[in-house]
Amino acid sequence: MEATAHRWPEEGLTRVPYWVYSDRALYEEEQARIFRGPTWNFLCLEAELPGPNSYRRSNLGAMPVVVTRDQDGTLHAFENRCAHRGSLLVLNESGEARDIICVYHNWSYDLTGNLTGVAFRKGLGGKGGMPAQCRPEDHGPRKLRLETLSGLVFGTLSGDAPPLEQYLGPEIVARIRRVLRAPVKLLGGYSQTLPSNWKLYMENVKDTYHASLLHTFFTTFRLNRLSQKGGIVVSDCGGHHVSYSLAADTGGKEYEQAGMRAAQEGFGLEAPQLLEAVDEFGDGIGLQILSVFPTFVLQQTRNSLAVRRLVPQGLDQTELVWTCFGFTTDDDDMTERRLRQANLIGPAGYISMEDGAAPGFVQRAVTTAPDLLSVVEMGGASVASDDNRVTEAAVRGFWKAYRGYVGL
Amino acid sequence: MNIELQLKVQDLNARYVQAIDDNKLEAWPDFFTEDGRYRVTTAENFERGLPLGLIYATSRAMLRDRVRSLRDANVYEAQRYRHIIASPLVTPDEGRGARAQTGFLVARVMHTGETTLFASGRYEDHVVFDDGAARFAEKLVILDSRLIDTLLAIPL
Repeated sequence: MEATAHRWPEEGLTRVPYWVYSDRALYEEEQARIFRGPTWNFLCLEAELPGPNSYRRSNLGAMPVVVTRDQDGTLHAFENRCAHRGSLLVLNESGEARDIICVYHNWSYDLTGNLTGVAFRKGLGGKGGMPAQCRPEDHGPRKLRLETLSGLVFGTLSGDAPPLEQYLGPEIVARIRRVLRAPVKLLGGYSQTLPSNWKLYMENVKDTYHASLLHTFFTTFRLNRLSQKGGIVVSDCGGHHVSYSLAADTGGKEYEQAGMRAAQEGFGLEAPQLLEAVDEFGDGIGLQILSVFPTFVLQQTRNSLAVRRLVPQGLDQTELVWTCFGFTTDDDDMTERRLRQANLIGPAGYISMEDGAAPGFVQRAVTTAPDLLSVVEMGGASVASDDNRVTEAAVRGFWKAYRGYVGL
Repeated sequence: MNIELQLKVQDLNARYVQAIDDNKLEAWPDFFTEDGRYRVTTAENFERGLPLGLIYATSRAMLRDRVRSLRDANVYEAQRYRHIIASPLVTPDEGRGARAQTGFLVARVMHTGETTLFASGRYEDHVVFDDGAARFAEKLVILDSRLIDTLLAIPL
């Protein structure tokens, strides 16, 4: 079945046609083939379901989902949709409950998503009720398979998705485990409404080329100059990536000599304790941005740690959900350090505020150019891992995986 | 009610939002004491006792750094705010100053003219009087919603 009447440009991964961001039929295909397909989607942190009989809402793409922890501590997830007339089952963001009651007609479910009760099933006073052979259980909310890794909860609707660790590959698994080194302690969260298609944000995350050019703060304070040692890992399937750099500054002068806007000598912080950091992972890597196809990000920016997920809300709107965390082993100084460094990230982030707007800049300019193309040739045509980050390999990798799932 | 205190807090609030709305950001840090604290968070975080801030400053110097970054480093489309603030609920603080809670709405007006209700919330302030001048020893901005439209550049 064709996703769309369009065809991918013959150049392949070095071109991205702009109709991908504005084609309504393609958006629906993405929901079916990617989000409800054989992919693993980040739903929440285990720490966000703190005790037995708790629940939290999440999403599989645009599909509303409920994640629960039952009285034995086991996690479940199912579609947030009643078997009866299709109402949302859970209206609150999170809470505690032993069962779930639909407000519309009081049909009840256990925390695995099984229908356990139908109000007035046998009628009232011998009249009405549901015919004995009727089985609304057969139309119940779809159940997700769940797997957890280092306290991250992933779900899939598809029986064809390989086991999570196989889906991720050993390099991604190792770098998830690297960051999630201890039990998580939540620090808080917030969301950004991005005025763009979800794919534009994922491209931004995987784009190591823009980091020091768009984010001047980053470069000026030598947090992530491209001349610093680091690299990029792209998974075999293309869809996942890790970008990392060492904390030490190599002191290169390439930017000053090139006279780029990004370099502003003498721009020092009056309060440099903002950037005071410790090597909590013990390997000298000060920055690690990791993404999992389709819409998960794990961020380590010095000691500021966060997970991010996307909720597509139409062709040109996406919710970016942030959850920042530390570990239960953190002392007060470490917690304070993480809170200070959180000034770097999020919607007001010194180095990430631009990422809220840049996807929208593209969306606004390309919606009237659906048959034209963007050029993605930094680093050639490669989708391979590299020890240099002046490359768009992870962006090409994203499209390689994407085209596979939607059949383009 | 201490009318003089009420008016002093209202005057401080009015001058604070005027500085921001009139794009006099360089004056913004001076509304705080030298080690004044300024934090922006969400009601959800606040009610759960979660300490994360969208902005988390613990000194006037950090606020000056933020202003410089907004002027010289960060990239964002030209925009302005219009604060509308409620009358503050003022409680004298034994020792010095007062606590004040003030509701606010902020419209954001982009250079295109597009105007949205960008933020609603309340200020939880600790106001102190240094040499008679009212300043914030602490300002906690609690946003009613966890959703931020695109980005938060200009402080609230």
